[in-house]
Amino acid sequence: MVPLSWYLIFAAALFSLGLFGALSRRNAVAILLGIELMLNSVNINLAAFWRYGDVLNMTGQVFAIIVFAVAAAEVSVGLALVISVYRRRNTVVADEIDMMKW
Amino acid sequence: MTGEQIVFLVVALFTLASGFMVVTTRNLVHAALWLVATLFGVAVTYGLLNANFLAVVQVVVYIGAIAILFIFAVMLTRKDMRDQGPQMNRNWWVGAILAVLTFVGLFFLLQGWSGMSMLAKDIPLGFDAVTEIGNALTSPDAYVLPFEIASVLLVAALVGAVYVAFNRK
Repeated sequence: MVPLSWYLIFAAALFSLGLFGALSRRNAVAILLGIELMLNSVNINLAAFWRYGDVLNMTGQVFAIIVFAVAAAEVSVGLALVISVYRRRNTVVADEIDMMKW
Repeated sequence: MTGEQIVFLVVALFTLASGFMVVTTRNLVHAALWLVATLFGVAVTYGLLNANFLAVVQVVVYIGAIAILFIFAVMLTRKDMRDQGPQMNRNWWVGAILAVLTFVGLFFLLQGWSGMSMLAKDIPLGFDAVTEIGNALTSPDAYVLPFEIASVLLVAALVGAVYVAFNRK
């Protein structure tokens, strides 16, 4: 049997990779890719706690499904924003999208 | 080592390696394809956790919809097919240090927790997880309200995405 710690450390490593991607990439689409990795690692934790806790209590899986829905909403709006900015400013580099900077 | 542990280690290493490729590859189409590999590894992890419904939803929603949306967005926002210039910003090393610190911090936090080496209990005979999820999502005693709010959120996101990306010309 796999102990719970392996899943949690795996999820922590995936979260850190996503955090690095979200903080370090210049391209706005690549930043969203990093955020997807972070959301996935959180979902692994939720599923692992469901399995290693009380199996009859479905809270972990239901929470994971809600996270799926929120991730889908976040990606659709985020990519729509990126495409809209690209149309107006002709760039997707996050450093160059500075209309609100003063 | 049991077979399950070996399978878990192979899947975890594959997922982390493709996750690393997602955040470091220069070509964004390749990064999106590596994301598909990562998401598939996570789906296998759900399978190992006996969360079969989550594994199927992961493949259908994440790989089938979100990853394809990413590939479309990458293709719609390119000046040409080559990626010039640096893909990392000037302060990428700060991000790297923060990510390593997050992992080390979480690792030591988890080390000190007593439930760390917990093993999974056997699933009771005749337990059907999909039925239980269905009941939990539609029962007023459980999670029908978050479920409905999630559907409203999805409609709002759909309308918002169409409005934001709409070309008025």
